[in-house]
Amino acid sequence: MTFIGMPRGTGNLTGAPFPEAASEALDNAQLRRNLAKATGTIRAKRAAVVDELPDWAALRAAGAAIKDDVLANLDTYLLRFEAALTERGSTVHWARDAEEATRIVTELVTATGAREVIKVKSMATAEIGLNEALAAAGVAAVETDLAELIVQLGHDRPSHILVPAIHRNRAEIREIFAEGMGATDLTDDPRVLAEAARAHLRRKFLTVDVAVSGANFAIAETGGLVVVESEGNGRMCLTLPRTLISVVGIEKIIPAWQDLEVFLQLLPRSSTGERMNPYTSVWTGPTEGQTSHVVLVDNGRTATLADPDGRAALRCIRCSACLNSCPVYERTGGHAYGSTYPGPIGAVLSPQLTGIDRNPTLPYASSLCGVCYDVCPVAIDIPSMLVHLRGRAPKPRAEAAAMRAAAWAMSDHRRWRRLLRAGRLGRALGRRPMLPPPLSAWTRARDLPEPPRQTFRDWWDTR
Amino acid sequence: MTEPGARAAILARVRSALRDRPSATVARDYRRAGTRGRGDLDRFAEMLRDYRALVRITDDVPAAIGDRGFIAAPGCPPEWGGDRRQHTVAELDRVDGVITACAVAIADTGTIVLDHDAPDQGARALTLVPDHHIVVVRADQIVPGVPDAVAALAGVRTQTWISGPSATSDIELERVEGVHGPRTLEVIIDIR
Ligand code: SF4
Repeated sequence: MTFIGMPRGTGNLTGAPFPEAASEALDNAQLRRNLAKATGTIRAKRAAVVDELPDWAALRAAGAAIKDDVLANLDTYLLRFEAALTERGSTVHWARDAEEATRIVTELVTATGAREVIKVKSMATAEIGLNEALAAAGVAAVETDLAELIVQLGHDRPSHILVPAIHRNRAEIREIFAEGMGATDLTDDPRVLAEAARAHLRRKFLTVDVAVSGANFAIAETGGLVVVESEGNGRMCLTLPRTLISVVGIEKIIPAWQDLEVFLQLLPRSSTGERMNPYTSVWTGPTEGQTSHVVLVDNGRTATLADPDGRAALRCIRCSACLNSCPVYERTGGHAYGSTYPGPIGAVLSPQLTGIDRNPTLPYASSLCGVCYDVCPVAIDIPSMLVHLRGRAPKPRAEAAAMRAAAWAMSDHRRWRRLLRAGRLGRALGRRPMLPPPLSAWTRARDLPEPPRQTFRDWWDTR
Repeated sequence: MTEPGARAAILARVRSALRDRPSATVARDYRRAGTRGRGDLDRFAEMLRDYRALVRITDDVPAAIGDRGFIAAPGCPPEWGGDRRQHTVAELDRVDGVITACAVAIADTGTIVLDHDAPDQGARALTLVPDHHIVVVRADQIVPGVPDAVAALAGVRTQTWISGPSATSDIELERVEGVHGPRTLEVIIDIR
């Protein structure tokens, strides 16, 4: 197939094989409790506000179709976006992969003489490993989103697209802040902790002169960029520093200003379960005396685009509804996926960005129950795409009978859904924490004297 | 700076990836702009209160604003009062609050949109750094839904959409109002 030869994405898109990382996560009771509480809360809120809109199905269909139109005409829209940006005074840069993107940003930052940058939470900059690259050049990147700050001060990794510190509870956060900010008078009241972050970051907002952002949407027609957020740290970063560098994946384009009327209804309700997020910033070219740079990043997106059965993953607007609804994610958390993009969308996106050979287990990190598809605001059929990607993964030397049977069942997702439904009737998941079948084979394996756990590792590692 | 050839290479990859010539037709069967009449004031107020914004409905805006020693965007009506001088960011960090108008407001979502090129709404820092933001919404600026607002805002280059005060749910998903933006959002709805 032609797309095999397409250059792939690099950066923070791979980790330990999913079964191993998942086993570790399942042993962490704190993580499981936090995740269950958090995802359960967001799921309920999302369902309530989605039900409020009588035209949700039509909005979802329009969102999917607008993104498909963008993908089908991506070259045209990219050129239109570039022209609009240039006309309004922004400088546009193009990066084929993570290395090129981080080099461009690092050069832009060091050219200003800054030793510190403030950052708005951005998946794209996490994907390309920007903070690490800046650190290597002697520039400190300060995360300003509260959760990202918790992750950064805790020398940790994000575990959720939207709530990166979802795996930490309030007592842990108090300790991280006490250590990282030298704050001594903290309690574990979320109000007190948020106030500590406000004071800590306000100094940075008022003094640091370079900011790095991503964008939720990039409007081809006007050159407009849109950042959707809650805390106001985004507004601070976009407004106060003199230089603003925005790192934007090439699939973030939407054709016209009017299209925002669809996405600003789909995104907040799907992601935080709010009717609208507290703050959305829209800007078009440098504003109020700023210098503005936009870095357009490929990093495996064109390779993903080349597969007609996989390209719909590029519709994703990173709402995280699929994570919050996924029974596998709820038990393992985001770290198990090893990539910047966790959960169901990560299971289909990461292997396509990197090439399936570098993420061979991720397409199996799912029970194909189909909830992710139902909640996705841009109707990405993740289950079918997983089955498709399994077909492209290196073929197994199947040795474990359980997994062979599972592989047979999963090879056809209708067949699998039937089995799953039948299985639900009689089966409880068991007393100890387990993944839903067939992934339960990974966890069950650890209880069996024969065959040893190693069998499954071997089996997975050779896939 | 872009490596020589990177731009051309990415565009060539895109075109090669699209060799199967996909296409898509967008049907807009959702509730479009202008199809739902006027925005409902009570619904707007209810949504705002849900975000824990302060809401006041009045036919006397200057009385509702009172004299609180706030600053105001330079183009606000003179009777709203407030200090109209230019402030640096460091000065803004020390003022108690700011008064502005808005461009449009959305009943379905309790959203207020600021057009930062309009003199009665001011530059972005003005409504960001002070801890209390009073925004005056004329009743006839309230539209029903997001599409109505998007239609009203076509061509506006720099905007902030505000739905309640700054908030975070990053700690165990417990909502805390007031992180970096103004901790108090006060909306005065002018029904004169
Ligand atoms: S795949 Fe769909 S549900 Fe999941 S994050 Fe992307 S847009 Fe949201």
